Amino acid sequence: MSQSPISRGFRGRGRSGDTVTRVPPGQRLVTDFPVLSAGPTPPVDLANWRFAIDDGDSPVGDWTWGQFNALPQTDLTVDIHCVTTWSKLDTSWRGVTIDALLEAAGLSEPPGPFALIHCDGGYTTNVPSEDLVDGKAMIATQFDGETLDPEHGGPARLLVPHLYFWKSAKWVQRIQFLDSEVPGFWEENGYHIYGDPWREQRYDGD
Amino acid sequence: MRETKSLSAPRRLQWMTATVRNVIDETPRVRSLVLDIPGWPGHRAGQHVDVRLTSEDGYQAQRSYSIASPPEAPKLMLTVERLADGEVSSYLAGDLRAGDTFELRGPVGGYFVWTAALGGPLFLVGGGSGIVPLMAMLRHRAAAASEAPATLLYSSRTQADIIYHAELEQLAGKGDGFRLVHTLTRDRPPGWGGLARRVDRAMLEETGFAPAETPRIFVCGPTPFVETAATQLRDIGHAAHLIKTERFGPSGR
Ligand SMILES: Cc1cc2nc3c(=O)[nH]c(=O)nc-3n(C[C@H](O)[C@H](O)[C@H](O)COP(=O)(O)OP(=O)(O)OC[C@H]3O[C@@H](n4cnc5c(N)ncnc54)[C@H](O)[C@@H]3O)c2cc1C
Repeated sequence: MSQSPISRGFRGRGRSGDTVTRVPPGQRLVTDFPVLSAGPTPPVDLANWRFAIDDGDSPVGDWTWGQFNALPQTDLTVDIHCVTTWSKLDTSWRGVTIDALLEAAGLSEPPGPFALIHCDGGYTTNVPSEDLVDGKAMIATQFDGETLDPEHGGPARLLVPHLYFWKSAKWVQRIQFLDSEVPGFWEENGYHIYGDPWREQRYDGD
Repeated sequence: MRETKSLSAPRRLQWMTATVRNVIDETPRVRSLVLDIPGWPGHRAGQHVDVRLTSEDGYQAQRSYSIASPPEAPKLMLTVERLADGEVSSYLAGDLRAGDTFELRGPVGGYFVWTAALGGPLFLVGGGSGIVPLMAMLRHRAAAASEAPATLLYSSRTQADIIYHAELEQLAGKGDGFRLVHTLTRDRPPGWGGLARRVDRAMLEETGFAPAETPRIFVCGPTPFVETAATQLRDIGHAAHLIKTERFGPSGR
């Protein structure tokens, strides 16, 4: 870091005092909620919405919108960090933890060590199964006390706040547990296979 | 899959030092930077770089900027719009001068990309500085002598805000299958031959290709502009997987 050449005349303004310990390297705080998606926002269709969990190619659980909302709901307030360098503190979400989903599917633990998350529009992202359990992740349907905006992934998105936010895949439809790690859409496009913001794992090889 | 991947060591995106060779004022608020970057690995039209600025006390700020130059150009070009209280843009499109240096790494992004080999038709929809990666595609198309049918629908606030105006007119005059449509949202100068309203569904239908022609569509600009245009394109009947988007921010809220 200290090797970086000084940009003559650049002063910057982002030094953020006591919040600094909550902001990973290379990130800055924002108060709005920027949007990053590779394509158009899909239309919401709750009547045909389904969420499924697969063990490899075998379905182990699936829920309609009504069934999903009848599962135990959890509130989570967390900091989120996008690879495009914005961070947002104390965001509040409501949804169903992956633990609760596994339990509802009659499983005591993920059926495989790796997960591939599938979304409307064909997008995928990969997350190790251990990063999804023990309260670390949920399928979120509410943000800040309101129905989750389609722009931000509504009706439902994955929330894995301790990884860069592209892993918190929007318009989520299915979690497929696998025996080996399969890189998702963003990961195939040069983003890091794991994506820990505290180790600045933005791109492949970081 | 993990095994096959680890056979080839991942290509690490190194921070490189760029030296500003030339600064071009494109509009009153927009400036292009022509850069020398020893060791630049090359890129594809549509990709971006991450820029990192460092102050004397070691404070750093990072932002993404699209590459404006085509892969064929000898030097990399970025084009930056100066935002009133923008931490990084007000420096890059303000204080920065020829001879100054800053860090960048890339190229980043593998999906918002067009190469001449992909062919057409190509429908580009840009708002404001969202023209930048689309310009790289048009410059690449010209450099590769591609005759893939291409249309650019380009929305600017006023005539004076049109970036790359002269070069776009010149490209459109070549008669090689590229069509240019301007629209202005806050201005209708005397004698203006283009459109003068916000991009809407009718405009996208009239200027773009029919869904049956399966055009590759690239939409880029401020987030609300991209949200609206991409949704309308899908409503018109274009397949979602053919609509690629790049949102420059902010959220608009
Ligand atoms: C993939 C990608 C490619 C990009 N390519 C380009 C490019 O080629 N040229 C370019 O000029 N910019 C581009 N941007 C935007 C750029 O990364 C910065 O966000 C922008 O320059 C603002 O940074 P800043 O530090 O000046 O402003 P900040 O200090 O971060 O923000 C200052 C104020 O401006 C608002 N703001 C932030 N971004 C924008 C925006 N894009 N439009 C309007 N208001 C904004 C903020 O909400 C805030 O109020 C790109 C962004 C992405 C994600």
